[in-house]
Amino acid sequence: MSQDSTLKTFQVATGVCLVCSLFVSTAAVMLAPRQGENRRLDKIKNVLVAGYLEEAGKSAGEIYRERVEERWVNLSDGDFVPDDQLADLPDANEFDIKAMMSDALLGEDIPPDEDIAGIKRRPKNMVVYLVKEGNRRQQVILPIYGKGLWSTLYGFIALKSDMRTVSGITFYEHKETPGLGGEVDNRSWKAGWRDKQALNEEGDVVISVLKGRVDPDSAQAQRQIDGLSGATITTRGVDQLVKYWLGDSGFGPFLNRLREER
Amino acid sequence: MGAYRKALIDPLFDDNPIALQTLGICSALAITTKLETAVVMSLSVTLVTACSSLAVSFVRNVLPSSIRILGQMTIIASLVILADQFLQAFVYDISKQLSVFVGLIITNCIVLGRTEGFAMKNPPGLSFVDGIGNGLGYSFVLVVVAVFRELLGSGKLFGVPVLPLTTEGGWYTANGLFLLAPSAFILIALFIWALRTCKPAQVED
Repeated sequence: MSQDSTLKTFQVATGVCLVCSLFVSTAAVMLAPRQGENRRLDKIKNVLVAGYLEEAGKSAGEIYRERVEERWVNLSDGDFVPDDQLADLPDANEFDIKAMMSDALLGEDIPPDEDIAGIKRRPKNMVVYLVKEGNRRQQVILPIYGKGLWSTLYGFIALKSDMRTVSGITFYEHKETPGLGGEVDNRSWKAGWRDKQALNEEGDVVISVLKGRVDPDSAQAQRQIDGLSGATITTRGVDQLVKYWLGDSGFGPFLNRLREER
Repeated sequence: MGAYRKALIDPLFDDNPIALQTLGICSALAITTKLETAVVMSLSVTLVTACSSLAVSFVRNVLPSSIRILGQMTIIASLVILADQFLQAFVYDISKQLSVFVGLIITNCIVLGRTEGFAMKNPPGLSFVDGIGNGLGYSFVLVVVAVFRELLGSGKLFGVPVLPLTTEGGWYTANGLFLLAPSAFILIALFIWALRTCKPAQVED
């Protein structure tokens, strides 16, 4: 039989594909648990980074188990999801914003006039992270996301127990330009958020990210964050997404509730 | 043994895939801002090139010429997915930074270039060594470029501060240009210039 006959061609193609798919699927199945564990650990680390909770000599998993409590929150009424409805939701440690917002049941459209973060859809319920120090609630860490220049930025913002002061912010996923918009990962820029006032007494969002530097003598300095130089659009994106998620259409109702509880 | 030695050593300087054949430039621009990512990428490309050359060489006599390229691409793509899965399982942080560029090894011309240009005509052992050699040739350029970019762009090597930055109270002002893709073009061009000055035989007419 000639090497180039149709039958031979099909046989070889099938053989090559079978062997290749065997390798790929075996590897994917065998490594899946490890990869899932890595993703969970990565998320835990980022929650800890946002709240400045890392401690030398203690593993991320350990600190997380001791101090952090994951709770589902209903975004529309700002209440914790009651236990009897939890069965409809994924496990809190498998909270995946992207999967949930594109899901027909678990996600919802954001009305265009409210959508200042440019994200179109969001999960109906999101996981928040409550940080305890003994019995006191010391911080609450909220998942946030919004459009930058090239990509959607995903991160966490941590608020102190007054639910008004920023404790920290971090972004764990984005594809902004390294050196410009990518500087959202810069430690000293992130440190600039610490202790800034995000919401006023009435619960309105007052924090803003400027274009340029904050004038330290200004009366508003306590509510302003340095912009990223050379990254106007990323800076605006961060400004808008923080305003959206802390505002009335984001976690506003939830934050109000926690404030009343104190 | 001469053929093996030649297959391994030649691609480093005499027949470097990036410097002489100008293949695989795309990823060389993208992932060389840090030495760590460059090294992991180099290892992945080297292993993928070597293993796909080996596999293609095994089937070279039964692979009908009409689906020659398809067969090679299937093998290469499978190996790249394997590499990606292993990176996600064992070096998750780096795999996140490499993002799409691991997947894009499939389109790295060096890999298909070696399977089509070498492995289809040579026995498995020699093809494997040729794959390693070309992978190392690629790695060498990547690592050199990454050393300059990380050192001058962020004052570090493997993430360890080497030149103390002014922003952290040192004396070195980081050169942001080195973190952007064009700097890799300039560095690779300088590398090619240096190489061709030493080895005038590589100069094209």
